[in-house]
Amino acid sequence: MAGRRTLDLEGLQSLIDALRDRGYRVVGPTVRDDAVVLAEITTLQDLPGGIGDEQQPGHYRTRPRDDGALFGFATTVQSAKPVLFPANELLWRGTRSPSGFEVSRDVPDDAPVALFGIRGCDLAAVGIHDSVLVGRPAVDAHYARRRDRSLLIAVTCSTPAGTCFCASMGTGPRPGDGADLVLTELLDAEGHRFLIESESPAGADALAHLVTTPATAADQAAADEVVATATAHMGRRLRTDDLHDLLYASAESPRWSDVAERCLACTNCTMVCPTCFCTSVEDVSDLSGDIDERHRVWDSCFSLEYSRLHGGAVRTSTGARYRQWLTHKLAAWPDQFGMSGCVGCGRCLTWCPAGIDLTAEVAALREELAHRETSRTGPRPPSTDH
Amino acid sequence: MSENPTLAVWKFASCDGCQLTLLNCEDELLALAERVEVAYFPEATGAVVSGPYDISLVEGSITTPADAERIQQVRAASGLLVTIGACATSGGIQALRNFADVSEFLSVVYAHPAYVATLDRSTPISAHVTVDVQLRGCPIDRHQLLEVLGALLQGRRPRIPTFSVCVECKQRGTTCVAVAHGTPCLGPVTQAGCGALCPSVDRGCYGCFGPSDTPNTASLAATLRAQGVPEDAVMRLFRTFNAGTEPFRLESTAHEPTTGANAAPRTEVTS
Repeated sequence: MAGRRTLDLEGLQSLIDALRDRGYRVVGPTVRDDAVVLAEITTLQDLPGGIGDEQQPGHYRTRPRDDGALFGFATTVQSAKPVLFPANELLWRGTRSPSGFEVSRDVPDDAPVALFGIRGCDLAAVGIHDSVLVGRPAVDAHYARRRDRSLLIAVTCSTPAGTCFCASMGTGPRPGDGADLVLTELLDAEGHRFLIESESPAGADALAHLVTTPATAADQAAADEVVATATAHMGRRLRTDDLHDLLYASAESPRWSDVAERCLACTNCTMVCPTCFCTSVEDVSDLSGDIDERHRVWDSCFSLEYSRLHGGAVRTSTGARYRQWLTHKLAAWPDQFGMSGCVGCGRCLTWCPAGIDLTAEVAALREELAHRETSRTGPRPPSTDH
Repeated sequence: MSENPTLAVWKFASCDGCQLTLLNCEDELLALAERVEVAYFPEATGAVVSGPYDISLVEGSITTPADAERIQQVRAASGLLVTIGACATSGGIQALRNFADVSEFLSVVYAHPAYVATLDRSTPISAHVTVDVQLRGCPIDRHQLLEVLGALLQGRRPRIPTFSVCVECKQRGTTCVAVAHGTPCLGPVTQAGCGALCPSVDRGCYGCFGPSDTPNTASLAATLRAQGVPEDAVMRLFRTFNAGTEPFRLESTAHEPTTGANAAPRTEVTS
């Protein structure tokens, strides 16, 4: 890969301009309704300059920063999921004709997207969607088409939130594989600038057209410091080595009933999860029945109807639904796809109105299992235990 | 004479807003008129075709002895009976009477209460007759109404989701007003269908579509209390258009101000 370079603010604007000139819709973080969301951006002024965030289970607020950082928040409200895998997608349209009916397949013709400022956690989630939606025999044509034409410009996370645990999941704070360009925002005595590295031919091509300067050892050291500081400030931790067996061994744990008392079954965790990909198919027809549209819409294992089979829903209790979700995410997903279904972005904690903390639930399951195993072994006779 | 199925629209204790939702389907009314014969709809036309009717839309709750009898006649004269709106499906805002003593209301409001024949409870249509399809909302959503009519005309099952409003907030890209702004919101326990209208204009959900399929009202109430919402405000949040539904009734009752160990549930009556 090309050598590391640095880019000043003017250079960053010219990157956005260049992407737009090449026909990309540049989608990046911006502030809307007191939250950092993903939307189309055209200038640096659209970015959340001087805005940080405060995130805890069930709690999110933006907060001002005094350093003017453009990427000083942890995560956007939603990941790249709604951009590459929209909540409602028209698959095909059928029209009744005198001779029968005609079917027209929908092909997304929206402009190619450059995801600007995607975090390591969300980048890893795109990689997971690539495997699940494209890397299997039945390819998701709509996702594949968007993804083929997309460009990923990742940014190292400098200020993780209280719900973040990407360091535990190995997805951040420095973005891993899959980006075209990786930026690290540097704010020190040397000025406001970005270390920029290309990680794909498309990224190298974009970088070659920018006015950059070779990165110095000091620039690299500053970037390493950003990563080290962020790693040290993860709000949450998740022990991962035992997850697979722990979840399966916990199938009958009383903890599921405990979490069910708090769980609202509202689906928020799955809706904001960057890897949750469950959908339902809906047919929408007009009153005449002459036009029918088939839509693919996001669905959630937390809704009752999701598990409806002949005769009724399979998972009627909320505990069964939470168990299904967590066990799939952390144990069945690795069996199915060879990777964790969790990237440690922390959104399921933050956006749970009841503040249910995945890392705390796993810790409780682990404690409960250890307790159960101790009881099974039985206490040693007091005489030998003194 | 048309061979189209006949449609009747009935009103019980209600504000007419749900019937207006049908009239507000301006772009679809002509298409609808080509598919059904509007046989009885006093809100729209004086023309009356005698029953029986293939499809009946029923608005309003049962609050009088006369209406309790009339709904039986409507049921007998109807093929498919569809209840429309919070009044018809849960008893409506007038089900607030269910928490109080109706005779006290009568004595305060009317000069001659003896002339008023009313029931002491406002009840949903389903408490009296078999209902084929229920459409929630105060008022109903016109897209859902058209979906149900279209589905009935085509002989298929209507798509009426029973999950929470949160799904619709996320689908439309609305940032959670509860988590990001601390706004009290009933969305997590309320059935979708409105398209998450209120949160999209930065308001909490009022719960006008009633309880979702798995409403954990106790957990939401605990969350609201932890956010600093006073006990009586929690009671009022659950005690609005769908106060008559069992989950919302029980949760609102659990947050009533206690006036004594065995105090009967009462609401304040002001003139």
